[in-house]
Amino acid sequence: MFELSEDHLMMRKMVRDFAEKECGPGAEERDEKEEFPREIWNKLAELGLAGITFPEEYGGVGADYISYAIAVEELSRVDASVGVTVSAHSSLCANPIYKFGTEAQKLKYLTPLATGEKIGAFGLTEPMAGSDASGTRTTAVRDGDVYVINGTKVFITNGYEADIYVVTAQMDKSKGNKGIATFILEKGMQGFYFGKKEKKMGIRASATYELVFDNVLVPVENRLGEEGEGFKIAMVTLDYGRIGIAAQALGIAQGAYEQALKYAKERVQFGKAIAQFQINQFKLADMATQIEAARLLVYQSAYLASAHKSVSKASAMAKLHASETAMWVTTQAVQMHGGYGYTREYPVERMMRDAKITEIYEGTSEVQRIVISNHILKD
Amino acid sequence: MNIVVCIKQTFDTEAKIVLNSAGQIDPNGVNLIINPYDEYAIEEGIRLKEKFGGEVTVVTMGSSRAPEALRTALAMGADKAILVSDPALAGADEWLAAEALAKAVAGLSYDIILAGRIAIDDGSSQVALRLAERLGIPSVSSVLKLEINGSIATAVHDIDGGSETLEVSLPAVFTAQKGLNEPRYPSVAGIMKAKKKELKTLSLSDLGLNAEAKMKIGKFTLPAPRQAGKKIPGDAAAVAHELARLLREEAKVL
Repeated sequence: MFELSEDHLMMRKMVRDFAEKECGPGAEERDEKEEFPREIWNKLAELGLAGITFPEEYGGVGADYISYAIAVEELSRVDASVGVTVSAHSSLCANPIYKFGTEAQKLKYLTPLATGEKIGAFGLTEPMAGSDASGTRTTAVRDGDVYVINGTKVFITNGYEADIYVVTAQMDKSKGNKGIATFILEKGMQGFYFGKKEKKMGIRASATYELVFDNVLVPVENRLGEEGEGFKIAMVTLDYGRIGIAAQALGIAQGAYEQALKYAKERVQFGKAIAQFQINQFKLADMATQIEAARLLVYQSAYLASAHKSVSKASAMAKLHASETAMWVTTQAVQMHGGYGYTREYPVERMMRDAKITEIYEGTSEVQRIVISNHILKD
Repeated sequence: MNIVVCIKQTFDTEAKIVLNSAGQIDPNGVNLIINPYDEYAIEEGIRLKEKFGGEVTVVTMGSSRAPEALRTALAMGADKAILVSDPALAGADEWLAAEALAKAVAGLSYDIILAGRIAIDDGSSQVALRLAERLGIPSVSSVLKLEINGSIATAVHDIDGGSETLEVSLPAVFTAQKGLNEPRYPSVAGIMKAKKKELKTLSLSDLGLNAEAKMKIGKFTLPAPRQAGKKIPGDAAAVAHELARLLREEAKVL
């Protein structure tokens, strides 16, 4: 029998209160204006939500991954853009620095990230390197005490808004994935520019930018891990990152389900609330069941992460199931709202747009199936 | 400066009140919260501690679910918690509640006692003031601003048509009105530290109190369900005429 601890329940209540009071009121407007939730970031950082899983000595709070999953879930239940901002920052930038960084790198970069004083981002994807990281064309060339980095990254969550960027670059193309290295870059380094801001279908308040490196000189001490370890670092980072995206998808699904439930009880057609029609009852039952299954997978993978056990298969399963659940539940929630659900009068319209990306980023559903089947066939 | 904050766990403001077969309010499945006015009291207590040092002790009288409310107050930043809990307190009236709290508080060192101005469940607004009387110290109700200077407190509260500023010597009881402050969320670190903080449970025998409520609740009745609205058909003049008639004759508001 799985039960959340008292701390987890208090965590959920706190983040739910915070999300409803601080994120809810402006969610629609930020979506409309594609406005990054900077003020909300500052407030959530004060509460320790920018560094949940990192030790206190590096500015974090030292809580477990289930607390982290609950936080991303509850934020995303109200505003998925806020959820992904936290997830990309924590899982994709702070976490690889924590896991692979030197003591000096942790003190210099992890600490301000974990306190939320600075925001983090992760630059892996390129125009020719989406699901296939071996297509990385950004290059790093060692020149004495520095690396010279050139290239372009696309679809970078928290781009422009972030201060610290963990970026992959190819050092030796002949070695394929084993030629990749990872670097910590700072906003403002000479030659480090931001390209276009993506106009997206959903999570429109989340910032998504192109990163451009034009002979950026990165000091050797900013290399994360060894030369050639970049691909491995990226894959481990994504294994953990999927917990966050799975939690985000779970939160979106939960939010849409609650909206559908409420609407079905209130909306009267043919003389009765539409919740009294069996087709909607069964739909709500299926939504609730799928969400609960997703939740267990998400918390299971979070538990494994805190227990320092292998998360790769579990987080891929959690992300696959939670994201497909989010897409299905939000679609059904819009359907249950009828014409109103298709308008911006009701939040399910935004939730359905927000849900789609969870099946795409940090590994598409197809990639999750590859990861899962690799584990299954290896066993 | 040592501060005691008296809080009460109440039903969530959105909870649906249902009576059970015995005619009692059914707490099953109801989400419980800290009485919202008590949150202002907790926040004020923590702010005073942050400014002047000392300790904040939260005290409540309640059931087996009450520790949840105390832990939340500890997560917000209170230092210690006391739960007064005893089967004999199940039907406690305001008098007995104040007696029990007075016994619990008397054992503490305090300069300021804070509480919400009203509990949103029974709405009696009595316990904190009775507590002040029982302890023989002054009290100021519905405070919107509180300043401390040495052993003197200056409190502001609204009165009909304006506001009133009072000076009172400490120790004293203050009840918090909405607007006193903006209560903080517990931080993640606060939540993690809360369970390591002291939470003491005291029974009536621990308090050396042997008393019974002086008042018993006879019965609860739910308000009559809201009637459906009325649509008045016709052209504007006829509708206005009919509306005026209904407002005068049926609703009797004109």
